[in-house]
Amino acid sequence: MVRLTDLFGVAMLFGIYSLFSAAIFVVLDAVDVAFTEASVGAGISTILMVGTLALTDTNEAAPFKISFPALFTVVVTGIALLIGIQDLPEFGLASAPVHTHVAPHYIGESGTEIGIPNIVTSVLASYRGYDTLGEVTVIFTAGVGVMILLGIGVGGSRKSKSDQDD
Amino acid sequence: MKHHRILRVVSKLLIPAILLYALYVQFHGDYGPGGGFQAGVIFAAGIILYALVFGLTNTKKVVPPIIVRILMAGGLLLYAGVGVVNMLLGGNYLDYDTLAHDPAHGQHIGILLIEFGVGTTVAAVMLAVFYAFAGRGRQ
Repeated sequence: MVRLTDLFGVAMLFGIYSLFSAAIFVVLDAVDVAFTEASVGAGISTILMVGTLALTDTNEAAPFKISFPALFTVVVTGIALLIGIQDLPEFGLASAPVHTHVAPHYIGESGTEIGIPNIVTSVLASYRGYDTLGEVTVIFTAGVGVMILLGIGVGGSRKSKSDQDD
Repeated sequence: MKHHRILRVVSKLLIPAILLYALYVQFHGDYGPGGGFQAGVIFAAGIILYALVFGLTNTKKVVPPIIVRILMAGGLLLYAGVGVVNMLLGGNYLDYDTLAHDPAHGQHIGILLIEFGVGTTVAAVMLAVFYAFAGRGRQ
């Protein structure tokens, strides 16, 4: 993907990569995440990337020079992250903090407290309701940002008319 | 794409199924995988497919941009409004137990309402972003 200069191909590869990630999530029994990855990552993102390419050019603009400060930063950050991984608990360890904090409560009590079979939905919508409200606000803000920058055709005719007058 | 007859016929068959599936994912999120986020994206994908095949002008007649703009804010307001109703009924913010006499039943109603808010906002934002990008080329 790094060597590819045809951006249409890059967009397609991103979509395929997302679909493979979704398959990995299914193998890991995280079907809700897989669902999101398949619909958002492989679906909408690819459409938007291709839509952007339709407005611009499908070839990469110019071969960029390697920036050594940026390369240095990336390498140092990467090494720091690899060192940090050493402290993570072993994969699938039952005594890992993530399995001993609130997860047993969710798994054991959500059936009586919330009463719906899908624990993911219970956590997302009820126990972590604030977080989800924040996520929706982020999506809303992103939409407002795009509308401010590009407009979606509400009152757009007035704007294009004034452009013609100029 | 007026001359692509196969595309037109197949997408006419597929789009209602996609929209129906989005509603299924939306309201079945309590019992199976899915929920507002996924349903909103699938719903928007169905309308975007319509836009790709039948053109942006027709799509804007079906789903006018002003409706998209209202739904964008409406979903978020529904979500936040459920929290305010909870407070008015004497509970904490987004504590759905207060919505019905039985706490678990209240949770059901609360989750259904906020998931619907999530789905509405996500679908509207996706459509707004698509309208913004697709509308640029025509000017």
